[in-house]
Amino acid sequence: MLEALQYEFMRNALIAGLLAAVTCGIIGCYVIVKRMVFISGGVSHASFGGIGLGYFLGITPIVGALFFTIASALGMGLVTRRAKITEDTAIGILWAMGMAVGIIFIGLTPGYPPDLMSYLFGDILIVPPSDIIMMLILAVIIILVVVLLYKEFLALSFDEEFATVVGLPVERLYFLLLILIAFTVVVLIRVVGIILVIALLTIPAATARRFTHDLKKMMLLSILFGGFFTSAGLWLSFELDLASGATIILVSGVTFLASLFLSRLRLMTGVGRG
Amino acid sequence: MTSKEVVRLEDVSAHYDGVPVLEGVNLSIYQDDFLGIIGPNGGGKTTLLKVILGLVEPGRGRVSVFGDTPEKGRKYIGYVSQYSLFDRDFPASVWDVVMMGRLGKTGPFRKYSKQDSDATLRALEAMEILDHRDQQIGKLSGGQQQRAFIARALVTEPQLLLLDEPTASVDTPLQTDFYELLERLKQRMAIVLVSHDISTISIYVDKIACLNRELYYHSSKELAAEDLEAAYRCPVEMIAHGVPHRVLKEH
Repeated sequence: MLEALQYEFMRNALIAGLLAAVTCGIIGCYVIVKRMVFISGGVSHASFGGIGLGYFLGITPIVGALFFTIASALGMGLVTRRAKITEDTAIGILWAMGMAVGIIFIGLTPGYPPDLMSYLFGDILIVPPSDIIMMLILAVIIILVVVLLYKEFLALSFDEEFATVVGLPVERLYFLLLILIAFTVVVLIRVVGIILVIALLTIPAATARRFTHDLKKMMLLSILFGGFFTSAGLWLSFELDLASGATIILVSGVTFLASLFLSRLRLMTGVGRG
Repeated sequence: MTSKEVVRLEDVSAHYDGVPVLEGVNLSIYQDDFLGIIGPNGGGKTTLLKVILGLVEPGRGRVSVFGDTPEKGRKYIGYVSQYSLFDRDFPASVWDVVMMGRLGKTGPFRKYSKQDSDATLRALEAMEILDHRDQQIGKLSGGQQQRAFIARALVTEPQLLLLDEPTASVDTPLQTDFYELLERLKQRMAIVLVSHDISTISIYVDKIACLNRELYYHSSKELAAEDLEAAYRCPVEMIAHGVPHRVLKEH
């Protein structure tokens, strides 16, 4: 690993991975406890529309993705809250529409099609410094908002009805949380790609939840797990010459399954409690 | 009547997906009321509470809560809902959950104050669950959870307490304790208790209303046999008040 860090692209990759760990560690906890996995999947896939739009307009695709992702997150929030259709139906529709928009825009853009694979499955080794700066800004915003509104988000996640009665602006808080999810998705796209984002949003938080029942501790643990997953995955992909995004996800998934297996084993042998 | 009116419903009707749930409901709740609302399941009891809380918009009629709209007046209401549909694995302690009742007092971007933690401490003490303060909320028994949720409603320092089927998850021996607790609380606030179970609540409450889409209420504990029959759509055996009423199904 240390010799790999001589390369600038490896250092950038490591920084990108750690930023991803911080954002998905924090926001992933809300995604898990508020059961927003499906809507997060929708938001991340719809962001492909933004990548396409970015190419078409000739701006940095990730900037296009940022605005498009925020818009589609709010759109999904509005439709699921206001329209009289089932939440998962609405998400399913917007999920596919976002991707379709992306394909259409890329088709309309003259010249060679861009390297779609790196957006769909991530390529942490080619993250440019400009993207790292944007990831850093987004991560700082996420941390600030969560620190300032920690108790409000906790109440929102636990019991929306009660939160409404005590006077919280529940709907606005929910939309704000969706925007933070959109930010996180944009940070993660470079690292693991649109299709694999949902794994980093869920696995570190789900693993952390097995060890604590305090949301703050769960966030910290989840950041640590995320950091371990991204750096271990990065190192493995470098050593074995594998796709970085997919390796990170497999390391995460295997660790999660192992933690499940270990706690079952402990339960069976009666040592401690899971 | 010198007692202050805290809630007033005039000719209120509400629908759920086109199905009428409440029809022409008139109701006044006063500041020292201990009102029990009984009625069959699906009779609109929960909807009535949600109309008072401004969570359900009535299709027709006027609702006034502490002389204001429900959205503004509900800050004086402590609400304990029927089901706590939260995830049993939710990462929050009893303390965290009860503290949520203080959100309206603290405001955003701020930490909870000393006052907030003092109020939480008192509520946990009053509900006799202080020992469980650091336990995960989902790991408590049904009765203890109920106490935690009442504590959460109490820390809002309400002038009106709305309880939706509060004894549903409490064992019968604990229920007596529970009603003794309400006896103490009613010195400080109006209480409205909703239940499908006439026999347990009628002993304790001071007034009874009967709800099955329409509300039958005479601002007293007397319920005419016709009212009960109209509400429950079945013959009812009435026994002198003070003794539990019983509803007999027709065989």
